[in-house]
Amino acid sequence: MSDTTEATEPARSPSRRALLGWGGAGLALGAAAAGGTVAVVKGGGSDAVPAAESGAAVPFHGAHQAGIATAVQDRLHFAAFDVTTKDRAALVQLLKDWTAAAAAMAEGKTVGEGAYGGLAEAPPDDTGEALGLKPSRLTLTFGVGPSLFAKDRFGLESKRPEALVDIEQFPGDNLDPARSGGDLCVQACADDPQVAVHAIRNLARIGMGKVAIRWSQLGFGKTSSTTPDAQTPRNMMGFKDGTRNVDGTDTKALDEHVWVGAKDGSDWMTGGSYLVARRIRMHIETWDRTSLQEQEDVFGRDKGEGAPVGKAKERDEPFLKAMKPTAHVRLAHPDSNDGARILRRGYSFTDGTDGLGRLDAGLFFLAYQRDVRKGFLPIQRALARQDALNEYIQHVGSAIFAVPPGVRDKGDWWGRGLFG
Amino acid sequence: MRPVRTSVVTAAAAVAALTAVTGCADKSDAKADGAAGSIKVTATDSSCELSKNDFPAGHVKFDIENKGSKVTEVYLLFPDDRIVAERENIGPGLKQQLTAEVKAGSYEIACKPGMKGDGIRQKVTVTGGTAAKRNPALDTAVAEYRKYAQEQADETLPKVKVFTDAVRAGDLEAAKKAFAPSRLGWERTEPVAESFGDIDPKTDTREDGLEKGQKWTGWHRLEKSLWADGKIGQDEKDLATELDKDLADWQKRVGTAEITPTSMANGAKELLDEVATGKITGEEDRYSHTDLSDFKGNVEGAQKAYELLKPVAAKNDAALTTELDKQFGGLNTLLDKYRTDKTSYDFTSYDKVSEGDRKQLSDAVNALAEPLSKLAAAVTK
Ligand SMILES: [Cu+2]
Repeated sequence: MSDTTEATEPARSPSRRALLGWGGAGLALGAAAAGGTVAVVKGGGSDAVPAAESGAAVPFHGAHQAGIATAVQDRLHFAAFDVTTKDRAALVQLLKDWTAAAAAMAEGKTVGEGAYGGLAEAPPDDTGEALGLKPSRLTLTFGVGPSLFAKDRFGLESKRPEALVDIEQFPGDNLDPARSGGDLCVQACADDPQVAVHAIRNLARIGMGKVAIRWSQLGFGKTSSTTPDAQTPRNMMGFKDGTRNVDGTDTKALDEHVWVGAKDGSDWMTGGSYLVARRIRMHIETWDRTSLQEQEDVFGRDKGEGAPVGKAKERDEPFLKAMKPTAHVRLAHPDSNDGARILRRGYSFTDGTDGLGRLDAGLFFLAYQRDVRKGFLPIQRALARQDALNEYIQHVGSAIFAVPPGVRDKGDWWGRGLFG
Repeated sequence: MRPVRTSVVTAAAAVAALTAVTGCADKSDAKADGAAGSIKVTATDSSCELSKNDFPAGHVKFDIENKGSKVTEVYLLFPDDRIVAERENIGPGLKQQLTAEVKAGSYEIACKPGMKGDGIRQKVTVTGGTAAKRNPALDTAVAEYRKYAQEQADETLPKVKVFTDAVRAGDLEAAKKAFAPSRLGWERTEPVAESFGDIDPKTDTREDGLEKGQKWTGWHRLEKSLWADGKIGQDEKDLATELDKDLADWQKRVGTAEITPTSMANGAKELLDEVATGKITGEEDRYSHTDLSDFKGNVEGAQKAYELLKPVAAKNDAALTTELDKQFGGLNTLLDKYRTDKTSYDFTSYDKVSEGDRKQLSDAVNALAEPLSKLAAAVTK
């Protein structure tokens, strides 16, 4: 299927390819209509972020890990790791070392003994590219993938939470193993890309010999937010997306949809959450050749204001039946999915071009939820089956992680509940 | 994995170093005699003047000013012309700095107006000063390593001759077979050979590493003829003889190499860097795909330097040597997967190694090279 053919073949109703099973799935997942958005980064209409706020430090310690309900920062470096050591004690020590380094970096400090001033004959502990930069609201969020619980690895079989499912292959998925899975993950979010990259680079370095980076993804221009009352950022297709998310400030919704409860069946996960990461490539060039009407029909919103079909404002409650049955917003809306809601932290990505001159761009989708079986999976099943957007997107990477509760204090560490 | 360090001492040294550096930078224009502790070098088209001809050992800094009309370069040389440090391409009217770590002894400074010839020379004397205290255990390590480097060169020459004889005989298959073995000793001690500056470009340059106007000679030039072109002509036979000659030069000079405990430690790390950047990608032996044989040679050379330094390193940082033992073991075990006979250097052709397996090798190299980068600190403190 070449892009050119597609351009001459404007797809109105489910396209030929969609019928052939070319799904993909929801970009917006939870993009429904009305709802919250940012406060900090783009105050309604104003681009100005108060310098103090965008440079500030987000507390690393707490009941929940920072980087989930935290107001979404503007940049991302997400990394998935394979654990290469077989030595449980070495892995535990690494998690302690990582936690100490992460806590320091979140405060804007260097790792170990710093980036200069040490022995001239040895490489410095810290790589140094974040020297002089503010903490930039850096958050580091740690998770554990299903593969870590495999038999004959670290004796964790019995600790694998039921909710940490193996995600099924959806119709239309074209998953690259080199961009999928991972034993561990660290999500670094910051307002300064250099701060986020520095954090992952230093953690990877500390981990050498125990873990190896399996894949990583840079993101920019957050495509959703966790704070209400601001304009919803646009995705690479030019649409406002992710309007109806769980707000990071909505304690009740967080407890209901995001944080794992004490009775959910896995003690060490209480206060944690489950993360689904999907690399969603957009067929940018064909999208750009698509008529405005088609684009708006695909999403179920207008492109200018972002209002749901038939409504005037972005946050007006959508009338789903006014939309096409395959409209993205309609399919992703909680009302179409038994009230399923997720907390979304998506980022746009552009990794240059793909060798054929096509922009390698799209959405790096990150969704947190209390139980994937009640959050991401039902929504994605609906989207993969019917979403008109599937014509223009393809899921090329996928991973799931159990994200433990917060690091409580200086004596606590990432994964203590699991290994302790 | 972090080395245990005496942070108070380190911090104090850091402050001193910073002060010295910034102090120099600020004052170099103001003072005729260069800044505190630095030596002013004034170069013209016909002279090379120094603000002082003797100075204490340790970290020295030369503030160079080219007052001539030609582009110049300045060298600090050992008495036998080996380079301690150099600064090239100093344009007319420009100021540049040259820094070096120098031990007590006699040296020469050479300015080369027009960047040609032997240059205009000045003798300089470096005295006692801050030269590091000698540790007998480290002296032993250096002496042993020097012996090892010499042995590698001595043993390599006959193996190279098997290769070059086959080329001269026009025996394509025999030459192919002798190619990888002829490189092992070199690969084991490459940082030593590279320290001479002039041998490596003649013997081990890859086609894309050539400078404009540079004639391509050495192993990889012959590798291309044998594997890519599948033929041996008169040019190749001449190049084989040239390779013999250049490597004989290496064998003769290897004993004169400047070797210190830190250069051994960092040399070991550099061998792994060679693997990480050249061999993992298959760039090194792109025609013959014998990369894994070179890879093994690099690891063996690194391991030799490490084993010699280990007694001292283990005393200073036992956790580091435990980690290094483990990671050398891990990488060697992994490499063994690619040869059927553990005494032979017949490895799987690298083009048959999958992306996934290359990633695994790369991870193992990183796992070793990262702690290995801390070996120099462990033998220094
Ligand atoms: Cu969406």
